[in-house]
Amino acid sequence: MILSVASGKGGTGKTLIATSLALALSEKDKVQLLDCDVEEPNVDIFIRSNVTQSYPVFIPIPKVDEAKCNYCGKCAEVCAYNAIAVVNKKVLIFPDLCHGCGACSYLCPESAITEEGQEIGIVEKGNSGNIELIQGRLTIGQLMAPPIIREVKKHVSFKTEVIIDVSPGTSCPVVEAIKGSDFCLLVTEPTPFGLNDLSLAVEVVRELGIPCGVVINRAGIGDGKVEEYCGKQNIPVLLTIPLDTRIASFYSRGVPLVNGIPEWRGRFVKLFEEIKQKATLPGSPLSLRGLSRAKRGNSAKQSS
Amino acid sequence: MKEVVVLSGKGGTGKTSIVASFAALAQSKVLADCDVDAADLYLLLQPQTKQEHEFWSGQTAYIDNEKCNECGLCQEVCRFGAIENYLVDPISCEGCGFCFQICPVDAITMRENMSGHWFVSETRYGPLVHARLGIAQENSGKLVALVRQNAKHIAEEGNLGYIIVDGPPGIGCAVISSLSGADLALLITEPTLSGMHDLDRVLELCRYFGIPALVCINKYDINEKNSRQIESYCANQKVEVVSLIPFDNVVTEALVNGLPVVEFSDGRVKQEIYNLWRKVSERLTP
Ligand code: SF4
Ligand code: SF4
Ligand code: SF4
Ligand code: SF4
Repeated sequence: MILSVASGKGGTGKTLIATSLALALSEKDKVQLLDCDVEEPNVDIFIRSNVTQSYPVFIPIPKVDEAKCNYCGKCAEVCAYNAIAVVNKKVLIFPDLCHGCGACSYLCPESAITEEGQEIGIVEKGNSGNIELIQGRLTIGQLMAPPIIREVKKHVSFKTEVIIDVSPGTSCPVVEAIKGSDFCLLVTEPTPFGLNDLSLAVEVVRELGIPCGVVINRAGIGDGKVEEYCGKQNIPVLLTIPLDTRIASFYSRGVPLVNGIPEWRGRFVKLFEEIKQKATLPGSPLSLRGLSRAKRGNSAKQSS
Repeated sequence: MKEVVVLSGKGGTGKTSIVASFAALAQSKVLADCDVDAADLYLLLQPQTKQEHEFWSGQTAYIDNEKCNECGLCQEVCRFGAIENYLVDPISCEGCGFCFQICPVDAITMRENMSGHWFVSETRYGPLVHARLGIAQENSGKLVALVRQNAKHIAEEGNLGYIIVDGPPGIGCAVISSLSGADLALLITEPTLSGMHDLDRVLELCRYFGIPALVCINKYDINEKNSRQIESYCANQKVEVVSLIPFDNVVTEALVNGLPVVEFSDGRVKQEIYNLWRKVSERLTP
């Protein structure tokens, strides 16, 4: 099963949940843990793996051979992102805008364009006990997280359970990380901010057709509106973690919850079992695995 | 007119509560919520929307199956794996238009995406520009740029002193878009190992774009040892730590009551945020 752990709002304890789940499961079996929060990867602070492999992620950026180019302007015309411009017998390339789609090089009538890789981040692999960690890291100053997330997800194993730590928010990096998972756990806190961001995250997973459940962290700090909302929306609240200075203190020192307070291990194992049960209900993505994505979810994201 | 962007790396460090308090403390300002995919500032400022605009951005390919002869070329060239069985998965499609360009029978059209909304509102603290990115949409960077542009416009028209920006989490496209060209970044961190790691990355980003930064440690007393470590780290980096705010549940209570914390309570948190704004504004207007 591929389980993604997300939260509309940052700082709700997503990484705490993802690492605790992985550690609890790893007592018995091998587990894969993917850190897809490539802008701020924090999983390894808790897992402390030994990195055994590290490689760069590139996106292909066009490079023009001025000797072949006749400045016809075709490349600029086809680029959807204005990443290439032809002015005064010069072809200008703006690597920050380029998505590496390959249209310009393919369509250049003079075959004047080749591509060269621009490094935008790295992927690292490591182990800690039974956990295999794969994490992506966006290079400072680079804009595009999704290609790194895609690269991390290429390592998804179909032999072990897979847990994905997702970045906060609801935009493209979040979608890229959640896409293809069998269940999405949404971590929130019982405050108006937590509720607002949870409701946005719920819209995302629904759009993607992925079943979800909620973990309420720091229960006791705010109000009861998150539970009310989950009840109305028919979303199961699968775990509640109280506001507890001991938990906060372990977290601040990078100690995973299940190591700091071992009685939590059983609760996380149970949480996982419960999720697995929900994720295999008839009609769920996991039960349909094998069908192509196009057949499974062809919901339109556009307004038209 | 000076612009300060409040950032935090991962979010959840109390950034929005601090921005809302600045809204109550600062004279002559416009507020901009650039956390466009999880905008929360409006919950504390209770805006009255004056203008609502659609945000159209990017495109999605669409295949007309009547015209398609199933040659498969589009699937072959698409680098985002968005076409399968002559169907476009709109969520994976990046709108590059490559398939549209090469389809031999013109079976593909590109359709514009309605990617969200942006608003100009009035609050009792002054104007607020905010936005809502559509679900699962791209181009948050562009929407952020639009929000900032309009905030700047309002500041210029009204001859306002400050633009106070609530920034998005992370260090990627939306953050870069909210940071570039700003006068100052205020980084809100917390004394946890993850908070420290995130701070390091955001600080590096500020340096990369040449934006001066100040640091505020929120909830500093949840781990004082880590707080001291952040202070010495910042000293090494020659970045000033301008404020240490203690943990106090009044911040959440204020939130539940829909008020900026400085208007809700009179304790130490209020005092610290008051001092923080004083230091930020001094730095902005030397
Ligand atoms: S399409 Fe090719 S030949 Fe035309 S301007 Fe671009 S690089 Fe030059
Ligand atoms: S690869 Fe695509 S995005 Fe990049 S310049 Fe060429 S056409 Fe534009
Ligand atoms: S390139 Fe055009 S004709 Fe060929 S499979 Fe794609 S849509 Fe159909
Ligand atoms: S527009 Fe680009 S990303 Fe979208 S389906 Fe066509 S080739 Fe793929």
